[in-house]
Amino acid sequence: MSNTDIIIHDEKDNVGVVVIEKITPNQDCNCWIMENDKSVSIQSKNEIPLGHKIAMIDLNEGDTILKYGHDIGKVVKNIKKGEHVHVHNVKTKKW
Amino acid sequence: MEIPKSFLGYKRENGRAGTRNHVIILPVDDISNACAEAVANNIKGTIALPHSYGRLQFGADLELHFRTMIGTGKNPNVAAVIVVGIEPKWTKRIVDAIAKTGKPVEGFSIEGVGDIDTIAKVSKKAQEFSMWASEKQREECPLSDLWISVKCGESDTTSGLASNPTVGNLMDKLEPLGVHLCFGETSELTGAETVCEKRGKTPEAQAKFKKTWNDYNDFILKEATDDLSESQPTAGNIAGGLTTIEEKAFGNFQKIGGCQFIDVLEPAEEPTKGAGLYFMDTSSAAAECVTLQAAGGFNIHLFPTGQGNIIGNPIEPVIKLTANPLTAKTMSEHIDVDVSKILSREMNLSQAGDELIKSTIRVANGRLTCAEALGHKEFVMTKLYRSA
Repeated sequence: MSNTDIIIHDEKDNVGVVVIEKITPNQDCNCWIMENDKSVSIQSKNEIPLGHKIAMIDLNEGDTILKYGHDIGKVVKNIKKGEHVHVHNVKTKKW
Repeated sequence: MEIPKSFLGYKRENGRAGTRNHVIILPVDDISNACAEAVANNIKGTIALPHSYGRLQFGADLELHFRTMIGTGKNPNVAAVIVVGIEPKWTKRIVDAIAKTGKPVEGFSIEGVGDIDTIAKVSKKAQEFSMWASEKQREECPLSDLWISVKCGESDTTSGLASNPTVGNLMDKLEPLGVHLCFGETSELTGAETVCEKRGKTPEAQAKFKKTWNDYNDFILKEATDDLSESQPTAGNIAGGLTTIEEKAFGNFQKIGGCQFIDVLEPAEEPTKGAGLYFMDTSSAAAECVTLQAAGGFNIHLFPTGQGNIIGNPIEPVIKLTANPLTAKTMSEHIDVDVSKILSREMNLSQAGDELIKSTIRVANGRLTCAEALGHKEFVMTKLYRSA
């Protein structure tokens, strides 16, 4: 088994979580989907630290972020596949 | 792994079992802290539980104060109790309620006597209780005597990926063995509230949860000047990669595994519907939440952390686990169980759950937690509104 760089909770999720100390720009990353034990790969665009999220697909303003297979917020600034997803481009729908 | 059927605990007069054998000096109010602390300083084997409130409270806030005081005294991790208050009436109300457990309890009031003579009188009784409790022996108790509460803190995405699901795995394995379980954190279920509601075992439990969460949300909407974005998620959560309260909530929710809750408890309320999982309406502030769960009668606590929360409790041992490899390295003196190997896939969730069960039983048998060894004794009362 190759090293896992990113873990994705659910097959429906459009973000994954970095589980190594950090990933660097243009790094080819191995992703493991916990729900179905499948593997996919992605190339990063930014440096992303441990625990932070990466976009698995291109996302547009207004799109919903899915993690655990559930809605965890909305995109407020377009995000390209492989980019860092966090408070600068995603907001809660609650408040 | 075959789960052990028993642990070594202290059998109490009312049939419960403790994982600890504390003699506590419990001040009814803020101004009695000095006396309680002086006694605990005089008499070895006792601990004082100072706090900030207990004067001019009224209504539901006062009832919660009494429930927390009484529940703390009744907790089976406590062998004997001395209650010290400024005046006799409220002191007696607490003493009488604790006495129903059958454990030794005595009350003292300071008004008309002064600190110095009260300290002398209380110290004599405290010495008697401490020496009496020191002869108590641990005995074999069924695993179902464990009442396990859970709450996570300084969470990050590793909490939702691994440390919270590890607690969930433990719950899935221990619930069928008749253990009492409790989760709380009303605010931190925001975003996952409808999914959580469906985990109620009965329509009554579901309705009770819905009302509890809605009441909380109404309060937030009424009091909030802006929104909770500065507090939920916290700066620590955001540093750890959590972006929204919804993301935090679904991570938090992993702690209950596949279990369903049988009832919803008021803060500090003791469960009465038998073994199984309960939801308690609590703040998500760590020390407040654990203090309420301990007052509800829970005798051992599991605390998953991401970025490294350091909380402890004076009477309920708090076991910390983390899946964040950096936290496990940089804050190792606070971490009882390291499950970071889940992230590198060198350990699976079931193995991690087994490790946590083993650690829980070792602590139940008497092993000090990191927080106990480091002297963490956060006892924090929940205040519902300002005093009169």
